[in-house]
Amino acid sequence: MQSLVIVAHGSHLNPDSATPTHTHADTIRATGAFDEVRTGFWKEQPSLREVLRTTHGDEIYVVPLFISEGYFTERVIPRELRLEGWEPELWNSDGISADTATLVASDIDKEVHYCGPVGTHEAMTDVLVRRAESVTGDPEVGNGFGFAVVGHGTERNENSAKAIEYHTERLRDIGRFDEVKALFMDEEPEVDDVTHHFDSEDIIVVPLFIADGFHTQEDIPEDMGLTEDYRNGYDVPATVDGHRIWYGGAVGTEELTADVVLERAADAGADIGDAIARVRQRTNPATQVAGE
Amino acid sequence: MSVADATLSETQLAAFREQLAAEPIEYDGLAADYDAAEDTYSIETPDHQTSLGAAELSTVAGEQAAYISNWYFYTQQVTTERKHAFCRWLELADDRSVPARYDDLESGIDREWGELTITTTLAADGDRRYEIRHVNDSDADGDALTMHTDPFDARDIGTRDADGRYRPLRTAPSLDSGWIFPKLTAAEVYEAVEAFYPATIVNWHREQRGDLDIDHWRDEQDRQSGIYNLITVLPDEAVEWAAAACCDDSQCLKRREWQLSEDEPLAAEGGDCVFPCREPCSMVVAAGREWAKLEREDTQTYEFELTPSEKEQIEAIIDAVADGTVDDIREADLSEGANRYRARYLREKRFDDDGNLSGTPTHPDGHDDDSK
Ligand code: SF4
Repeated sequence: MQSLVIVAHGSHLNPDSATPTHTHADTIRATGAFDEVRTGFWKEQPSLREVLRTTHGDEIYVVPLFISEGYFTERVIPRELRLEGWEPELWNSDGISADTATLVASDIDKEVHYCGPVGTHEAMTDVLVRRAESVTGDPEVGNGFGFAVVGHGTERNENSAKAIEYHTERLRDIGRFDEVKALFMDEEPEVDDVTHHFDSEDIIVVPLFIADGFHTQEDIPEDMGLTEDYRNGYDVPATVDGHRIWYGGAVGTEELTADVVLERAADAGADIGDAIARVRQRTNPATQVAGE
Repeated sequence: MSVADATLSETQLAAFREQLAAEPIEYDGLAADYDAAEDTYSIETPDHQTSLGAAELSTVAGEQAAYISNWYFYTQQVTTERKHAFCRWLELADDRSVPARYDDLESGIDREWGELTITTTLAADGDRRYEIRHVNDSDADGDALTMHTDPFDARDIGTRDADGRYRPLRTAPSLDSGWIFPKLTAAEVYEAVEAFYPATIVNWHREQRGDLDIDHWRDEQDRQSGIYNLITVLPDEAVEWAAAACCDDSQCLKRREWQLSEDEPLAAEGGDCVFPCREPCSMVVAAGREWAKLEREDTQTYEFELTPSEKEQIEAIIDAVADGTVDDIREADLSEGANRYRARYLREKRFDDDGNLSGTPTHPDGHDDDSK
């Protein structure tokens, strides 16, 4: 019996923080690839401390719904899950290449496969592209468009900027968008000056964040000048300095993120059949069957 | 369906035969055996003992059929130990014999789990059906409640209270009412309860088996790192106040089993809910961190001028906020100290232009408030 456990931050204040976790869990549950899909949170119930004991499986895959490697994935989650003998070196990662480590969780006295965060998986690039398509409503979008991937910056976590750079590079390699840039909230190049960094008239802006919240719904729209006051909302696209800004909000809310969770588990050895293909199809607006 | 009408389906009989071909059955008052040489089945229940040829097996009915369908449900359909224990608890299986239970299940057996009323009934073939509704809706007409079939809907129902406010603690006694899950299977009732009250079944089950692992406050302090290490300096008596403030049944239904340490019990009420709390939750830890900060301040003697009624009014305002009764106080009920007009009047009279009570500065020596 296979169990998938998605672990995420959650919030005491913002009910939307856990929404992507639940949505992706539902999407994966619907594929039937796992006998059960459980969710656990740092700030909500069930807690990370207790989520493993809610499982019934003997093959357990834990996927952190986090953007980058760092304090949470390396220290908080392994400690709270009680992964015996954990050390970040087991991932043998350069900051964006964590894949999986198999350790005994003393809470349940069973081995679990502890996977790297979704944010650094290569499939996350596809989710960024999907968000560009959904925010513009154009499945072919690319030509004539610039693409800004937005992150926090290095202030709190060096690896968080690495994840941003990684996907920026990959998007550039795909060659679909005219220009691709990494922008940050608290360091240069700053998202505030987004229009200075692009020649393209149309700019897609997508924060590499898991959930919408204060940063993605209030700070970034105001900083870019999409609105004076986030409470009044903003247009998509909004015109700033002669550029059209297509602001997409946190990428983690894109349904296709469920696919990255599956990829992580599959990389760790989970047998998920054709679930990845089905999630890709199910979450694609262009192929969605009416009534699904 | 009463015991007298109990019969068995082909599927149930096939499972029964298959199991007996491998080994005898003993479950919940049923003892059954298969004699291959004679090709006969012996079935023993507390009041009956029968021996049947293979061809007659399908004629088993009434009480013996009830015992067999009960065996089938609990061993072939509910397959994990935890779900098994929970479903048995739901129908008071340890207190009543199979026939007595089957009779009671006809009208339904109700149990409460937090603010949930869970009713178990029997389907014609002995399969169980479960209904969940809010305890406050116990007497409501089912048709008047919003119907749900997907157990995971419980997650959304539990996200906000009746006023639409976010419930960060799912075990707070503020679950909204007005909904019903009329017909769930055993697997679904488990998922719905898990979604309403995460991890409560597993911890209840561990406690039932006598192996609930409790992590006390001092264990929590030892484990915390990073910005949370502040809680390591929270004075012991403040932990007492924190437990009384947060873990009381009026705030959280879980029965607090954690103490200061194993040998240092807290005096605060733990509550008497069926499911336990085995360690300080993230809300209490976050609150503890805030209190640790505040408790670093030294006390200071202030002098305020208040009438006796004004002193009592301040106490009434604190009570109203702490008990969450502010919204219950009617606009024109001037007899209530926490009435809005009364509070506004007091502010006009006793605050100076800087918002200081009785004109008394918070820091008389003029230094900044370093706790902020
Ligand atoms: S620590 Fe207190 S408030 Fe938190 S879940 Fe336990 S009993 Fe409830």
